[in-house]
Amino acid sequence: MSLFVPSEVDERLARLELPFNKYGLDPYGISRDHLRIAYAAVTWMYRHYFRVRTYGIDYVPARGRAMLIGNHSGSLPVDGGMVLASLFLEHDPPRHAHGMVEKFAQLWPIVSQWFCRVGQFTGLPEHATRLLEDERMLMVFPEGVRGTGKLYSKRYSLQRFGTGFMRLALRTHSPIIPFAFIGGEEAVPAMFHLKTLAKLTGAPYWPVPPHLVPVPLPVQCDIHYGPALIFEGDGTESDEIIEDYVRTVKRAIAELIVFGTNQRGISVPVSPLETIGDVERGEEGA
Amino acid sequence: MKVLIAGISGALGRMVAERCIAHGHQVIGLDKRPWPDAPKAVEMHYADIRKRPAEDLFRTQHPDAAIHMATVTHFTTPFEERYRINLNGTRAIFDHCHEYGVKHAIFVGRHTVYGAAPDTPLYCTESEPPLAVSTFPELSDLVAADLFAGSALWRWPDLKTTVMRLVYTLGPTRRGTLAAFLAARRVPMILGFDPLYHFMHEQDAVTAVMAALENRPHGIFNVAGPQPVPLSLLCKVTGRPSVTLPEPLFASVSGKFGFPKLPPGAVNHVKYPVVVDGSAFTKATGFKHDFDEVRTMESFRWAQ
Repeated sequence: MSLFVPSEVDERLARLELPFNKYGLDPYGISRDHLRIAYAAVTWMYRHYFRVRTYGIDYVPARGRAMLIGNHSGSLPVDGGMVLASLFLEHDPPRHAHGMVEKFAQLWPIVSQWFCRVGQFTGLPEHATRLLEDERMLMVFPEGVRGTGKLYSKRYSLQRFGTGFMRLALRTHSPIIPFAFIGGEEAVPAMFHLKTLAKLTGAPYWPVPPHLVPVPLPVQCDIHYGPALIFEGDGTESDEIIEDYVRTVKRAIAELIVFGTNQRGISVPVSPLETIGDVERGEEGA
Repeated sequence: MKVLIAGISGALGRMVAERCIAHGHQVIGLDKRPWPDAPKAVEMHYADIRKRPAEDLFRTQHPDAAIHMATVTHFTTPFEERYRINLNGTRAIFDHCHEYGVKHAIFVGRHTVYGAAPDTPLYCTESEPPLAVSTFPELSDLVAADLFAGSALWRWPDLKTTVMRLVYTLGPTRRGTLAAFLAARRVPMILGFDPLYHFMHEQDAVTAVMAALENRPHGIFNVAGPQPVPLSLLCKVTGRPSVTLPEPLFASVSGKFGFPKLPPGAVNHVKYPVVVDGSAFTKATGFKHDFDEVRTMESFRWAQ
């Protein structure tokens, strides 16, 4: 296995600030050996397959709690893997972020095991609170499956954001780092969804791209991080205030998407700035 | 103080008794099972906790504190019998504590009441519901006993009640649920799953019971030691051979080919973790574990 792990990954892994025990295991069950293989894989994709360019990495704090909030781009969550890779490869010191994963992933053998060993946990409020209070960094896509489950015709529009992430940020006094992911929509476009297969496998949807097999195309991707947003409060605010805060975050992400798509010359059917009003109350979607 | 220990002949019961004596407490032992070489300082009584002689002991001896460890946890006893002992026995002990002026009752329960499921959070706090009734129906008697013990908190607020939910214990005695699971000739694992196992050294478990006894915290507390480790690493460090099976085979090999005999519900506990947050207990009693996870696993491995 060592043959396929670039020295860059080993060097960065050694500098990762996680409390590993004698067997390279942290209190949440994150394993250094698993991280090494997973980071080797995403590093290859980051460097050679998607040739990702990262902008504004300095906006991500070096230590301490933070929430990375961004758009889902493309019908498979490759964006999550690339964001993790950018924090690991571009940030100084390298940082590990915890994704908040959909519940169905825990039901699948091997997938469940790997997600647990590399610190990508089920998106439960209990997990999110505990990790933040432990000064870890969360990566949250508040659109959830609404974001990955949208079709190519709706590319780069922002779906409804849950409000749970905002109450969590206020309760734990965590800064929010907005980011935009560009290119995923072209890498894994979905023409339509297979409903029966989704039901059979327990997945929320099963995308069908024009090239038929749901494998991402080698499209260049960009990640744009924005300045931290800090909101004052304790999480008990009224829905109106919370929705207003969420719209602020959504606008910051939409502006980063507009900047990113303009830079690349990608034309979008609907400007993401026109889709920021869509915040609904009542559902914990973080 | 005068301490009555129900279930004293179990592995943990004996160790708690010895530590109580070392701390200068007077120990009254109650169990159906023999403890042939019990220390002289222990006043042993062989009786069923649900029967009259057990009540007489409370009435005549007036213990200051009672530690309830007389629950049946293994699956060889028929289910109805387990229910009777675990639930009615717990009821009897708490009734006697209330009736005969015991000041402090300790229920020694287990962390598995939270149940292992795909959506249980890592590090359960005491506010999580005990899901084991659905994930592991064969444990429902222990869940019932745990909840019933907790009801003493509001039924008899004058009786200090400590409900302890201990993680698995592991150590040189090689006794207990996890030790029995690991002691099998082959340890079953489910293909594609490798859950975290949360355990503590048995001497740390004794230290925790003593911390409860001497600080009298009122409430329900998770008791945890060092960080959890995946089952694969647990097998590796304890030197136990594990065999990975596809899930559908799990039930049919139970008790055969050197695999441990487990009820069907156990499969969830081989797929998903039960990890608890013990910080409330640490805060209430100042308890700290002495053995880390590596020393705990090694102490089990190298015991004679």
